[in-house]
Amino acid sequence: MTTIGRTSFARSVAIQQRVIGALLLREAITRYGRHGFGVLWIIIEPALFTLGVAAFWYLAKMHILSSIPIIAFAITGYSSVLMWRNTSGRCSKAIESNRPLMYHRNVNVLDIFLARVILEWVGATASIAVLTIIFASAGAMNWPEDPWPIIGGWLLLAWFSLGLGLTVGALSERSETFERTWPIITYLLFPLSGAVYMVEWLPKPAQETVLWLPMVHGVEMIREGYFGDLVPTHADPAYFAAANLVLTLIGLALARETGRRVRMR
Amino acid sequence: MITLRDVHKTYPTRNGLHTVLDGIDLTVHPGEKLGIVGCNGAGKSTLIRILSGADLPSAGTIRRDMSVSWPLAFGGAFQTHLTGLDNLKFVCRVYGVDYKPLLPFVEDFAELGPYFREPVQHYSHGMLTRLAFALSMAIEFDCFLIDEAMVVGDARFHEKSHYELLHKRKDRAYILVSHDANVIKMYCQTAHVLHDGKLHHCDSVEHAYDYYQEIIHRQPDLLPVKEL
Repeated sequence: MTTIGRTSFARSVAIQQRVIGALLLREAITRYGRHGFGVLWIIIEPALFTLGVAAFWYLAKMHILSSIPIIAFAITGYSSVLMWRNTSGRCSKAIESNRPLMYHRNVNVLDIFLARVILEWVGATASIAVLTIIFASAGAMNWPEDPWPIIGGWLLLAWFSLGLGLTVGALSERSETFERTWPIITYLLFPLSGAVYMVEWLPKPAQETVLWLPMVHGVEMIREGYFGDLVPTHADPAYFAAANLVLTLIGLALARETGRRVRMR
Repeated sequence: MITLRDVHKTYPTRNGLHTVLDGIDLTVHPGEKLGIVGCNGAGKSTLIRILSGADLPSAGTIRRDMSVSWPLAFGGAFQTHLTGLDNLKFVCRVYGVDYKPLLPFVEDFAELGPYFREPVQHYSHGMLTRLAFALSMAIEFDCFLIDEAMVVGDARFHEKSHYELLHKRKDRAYILVSHDANVIKMYCQTAHVLHDGKLHHCDSVEHAYDYYQEIIHRQPDLLPVKEL
């Protein structure tokens, strides 16, 4: 079957931009509340986590044993988790709650996913930036040593979140079992994702294993920028990018198939 | 112009594929007032959704050479956690129209009062219908797709919607689907009958009316057994 149209590519791009813009504003209302107070939570939540981790750290007297700057360690770790956890989590129920909007034929599954992913990118980026500024200004941590690995790691992590968001969103629409299992997988991935350890601390065989997880490379790159030479980091940006590429292609293919199926119902 | 060529639509059910539309050919000209009449379950809403692009056909082609509205059934196209105003803004953004100049018209037409700024999920049926109609009149289309639900309602709403659609936009086309042949007779210049997944083209509304009465009175066919 086909739908024949005479819409040029440039016009299609303009329509898609419009639709994603409309969805972004629509999503912002449900995500952050009508008056925007909800925005504060994207700062408060990781801030509380950071303070909690720091409190444990000092209670356990770890600051005597380790030279790691714990505040920066918690901020970089948790913000990285926020990025991929929130994008994938938000994509997972995206179709269901936006189904009525697909009565407008230009609103597609991919637009719905992209709007949610972009909103989470903005939220997670604001969170790490604001927390770094607050804690560094207050003297609780040093300013980052080198911005470039941070920017590189963050962008790769954003790309990873996009691929993961599309994949999880499409699979959740297809299977309720997957939708219910994904939060559990997220919890299991949290400690493995590099948020709560440095690869250097692990024994060699464990290092090799965790480095299969793409997001670990992102966290390591970001910490390289924050810590400088304090702890050796293990990151392979090329591997991370290649994994992202594969994941994004899978995600796009699944989202396309989902879009057709949802329209066919 | 809108052209449908050999459009089929099947839905998977537990007992295999259920055919709803079985080879529909249809041409809608600019300014045409077309009625499609059919029994409950004949596939009217499916046809409307396919015309709008909200659903895709299983086989066949559609060509839209004029702008076509979304299916104007009550409430179908709303995000129910958002307010009426949010939904207006969303629709305007999607279709690339500034909502501000439209606000007085929509508020006035929908008559929702303070509920215009309350979530749509708290609306009554009548409120949803009025908002749906107001939104669709706010965006200008060459062809409106109207479900029969839109032409019911109280006398005042009737009158207002008539004025907007039949007088102010009398150059536009619309496609109205209904199970009530009298409604089609009242509003349409041409009409076809949808029955058993096929569209029976009629050369006049009267012809369609008579043909539909004939189908209804063939008792065994009145309620096709749906294997769901």
